[in-house]
Amino acid sequence: EKLGLGRAALPEEIAAWNHDISPNGEGLPVGSGSVEDGEMIFSENCAVCHGEFAEGVDNWPKLAGGDGTLADKDPLKTIGSYWPYLSTVYDYVRRSMPFGAAQTMSDDDVYAITAYLLYSNYLVDDDFVLSNENFLEVEMPNAGGFIVDDRPETEYTIFTEENACYENCKDTVEITRRATVLDVTPEEEGTETVTEAAVVVEEAVEEPVDTPAVEEAAQEPVEAPAEEAPVVAAMSVDPELAAQGEKVFKKCAACHQVGEGAKNRTGPVLNGVIGATIAHVGDFKYSKDFTAAHDEGFIWTIENLTEYLHKPKAMFPKTKMSFAGLKKDEEIAAVIEYLKSASQ
Amino acid sequence: GSDPLITEKQEWAIYTGAGVDETPYGLPIKYEGDVIRRNVPWLTADPISSINFTPIHALDGTITPQGCAFERHHSGAIELKKEDYRLMINGLVDQPLVFTYEDLERFPRVNRTFFLECAANTGMEWAGAQLNGAQFTHGMIHNMEYTGVTLRTLLEEAGLGAAGDLSDKWVYVEGADASSNGRSIPMEKALDDCMIAFKANGEALRMEHGYPVRLVVPGWEGNMWVKWLRRIEVTAQAIESREETSKYTDTLADGTSRKWTWVMDAKSVVTSPSPQSPIKHGKGPLVITGLAWSGRGAITGVDVSIDGGKTWQKARLANEGQSMALTRFYLDTTWNGEEMLLQSRAHDETGYVQPTKAQLREVRGENSVYHNNCIQTWHVKANGEAENVEVSS
Repeated sequence: EKLGLGRAALPEEIAAWNHDISPNGEGLPVGSGSVEDGEMIFSENCAVCHGEFAEGVDNWPKLAGGDGTLADKDPLKTIGSYWPYLSTVYDYVRRSMPFGAAQTMSDDDVYAITAYLLYSNYLVDDDFVLSNENFLEVEMPNAGGFIVDDRPETEYTIFTEENACYENCKDTVEITRRATVLDVTPEEEGTETVTEAAVVVEEAVEEPVDTPAVEEAAQEPVEAPAEEAPVVAAMSVDPELAAQGEKVFKKCAACHQVGEGAKNRTGPVLNGVIGATIAHVGDFKYSKDFTAAHDEGFIWTIENLTEYLHKPKAMFPKTKMSFAGLKKDEEIAAVIEYLKSASQ
Repeated sequence: GSDPLITEKQEWAIYTGAGVDETPYGLPIKYEGDVIRRNVPWLTADPISSINFTPIHALDGTITPQGCAFERHHSGAIELKKEDYRLMINGLVDQPLVFTYEDLERFPRVNRTFFLECAANTGMEWAGAQLNGAQFTHGMIHNMEYTGVTLRTLLEEAGLGAAGDLSDKWVYVEGADASSNGRSIPMEKALDDCMIAFKANGEALRMEHGYPVRLVVPGWEGNMWVKWLRRIEVTAQAIESREETSKYTDTLADGTSRKWTWVMDAKSVVTSPSPQSPIKHGKGPLVITGLAWSGRGAITGVDVSIDGGKTWQKARLANEGQSMALTRFYLDTTWNGEEMLLQSRAHDETGYVQPTKAQLREVRGENSVYHNNCIQTWHVKANGEAENVEVSS
């Protein structure tokens, strides 16, 4: 019956990919990490999105707090308040984080971050060290907060043909809510052919009172409009090098956009950065280091940008950019060439 | 007067059009430029880990073209060449295996049509009417004909003898992208109808749908349909990954949460008229149309109400309902030009009838986020415009 297709998976291949960790600790690597180390590693790699205290930045997930809110109107679901298993934290951080540089952390660093996340949720003390040996001793507050899908008993017995009404199902019908009052629907682009009958907002726009969320949706729209790019003096561009740089830029793209229509994300839009005064994007909130350099008239040149991209924190220790830097000079040259080309 | 489009010679009737080589892989004509996926920027922190919506208000039939089928990724859509593709099966199997893309094409193939619905579809509407358009309230769905190999075929190739009793075993699946989006699937479902797909609607999967290979988990929430599938592990337990604990669980009014709520219950929506597809022709003949689906089998009927649920009439199904696939319904009617509170209600082969939002809230409260399959109401006004509203029960 077997076709004999494929080949045997080698032990080292399985070891390279088989990283899932079960609630019973199966799959945990040998290692350890302290809250103290975790605080530093978290600050450098995670805080740009999740905040120094795991409290969340903008629309990015809050990882701490929310204790006792699950039955509230807008529960705050964090590792401390919601996650039932610590294994999930380790598994997820190691496989998917940090955003834009996944699967680059050492096992010990992941232990340290996990320890810090426990600390930021007041679940361990500041001298705690997490390891594969004491991992299962940590109690997660909401471990008992889940039930297996009970729709067959609680819903499928009610929502039935027998209970379906066809005539005189209710005496009156009133409109109780209107979507246009909230006015949170995006404007449609490219709708020239259909907007003749565009919906008119009939009532005064109110604050969105109920904004249930998909995942970590914000309460209000948070859109950072793109700053007009400063005029870039015509610079010669090596198209081949720029094309290589576009690939390198993938390492930056989790936080930065460049080119037509670029917007601020976690990091500022990079249009026209070369030749511009540092911190030139007016509506982006830069680090103190950057704003100080801005006031001193620091201008981004190819030379100092090369130095910065090599080791960002060596040049501006307080930079918000949690990026270790590009090791290879060729990569730096290529990405700068790409920034030049994409800005034009 | 006479119509100049008829009485006068038009330039398209005089001059020639585009040659056969103009668009080697075709695009929609420019006049359909508004039929596109759309994003709701405030929903997520960043478009790399986000979702967009199928323009269901502008489509008809049941098959969703890949080019406008909604996308959801957790670390961006990646470019993975077939030559670089590897699929590993490991865990409780007799022989852990690695397949290339070419290997997969040598297994016996199947063709099956299924809907894929995100568990969060309509999730923004729990606490009240919010987004004004079927695309935004119900557009986290698509329906494609998949070509591929059954998951059972691949698991049997690796051999399940080592797993022993299969009734309490699981299959953990993950992708090759930076999120890897791991999920656990009970063995019973894995062996029943799951597929490893490499074509959709006849063509290769689009990048945003997991090229070159994705998992198909019929009738179950879209997050489980892992894209860029790279590994299948037979396990003795659910892994309880981030996407099956912190996300895709449903919190009830008392603060406890349901987990393993995989199946997508029966649901329907009127796609036209709707806020983005108003009536522009005035009173007289009107086609009311929409989509219905159930993750628990075939749609057996759809009812339509024009008075906010006081009375219901049976719509016509364009074709007999297919299990776990979209069904198109029509109500061919005459509009008297008066306001309507337009609703639809799906029935599936289990005898289940789509509930109202009030009925769901009665059981779950308002904090579930996911799995909102309530009846939708459009307020169609006398001028033909429509608005997303909620009505009294």
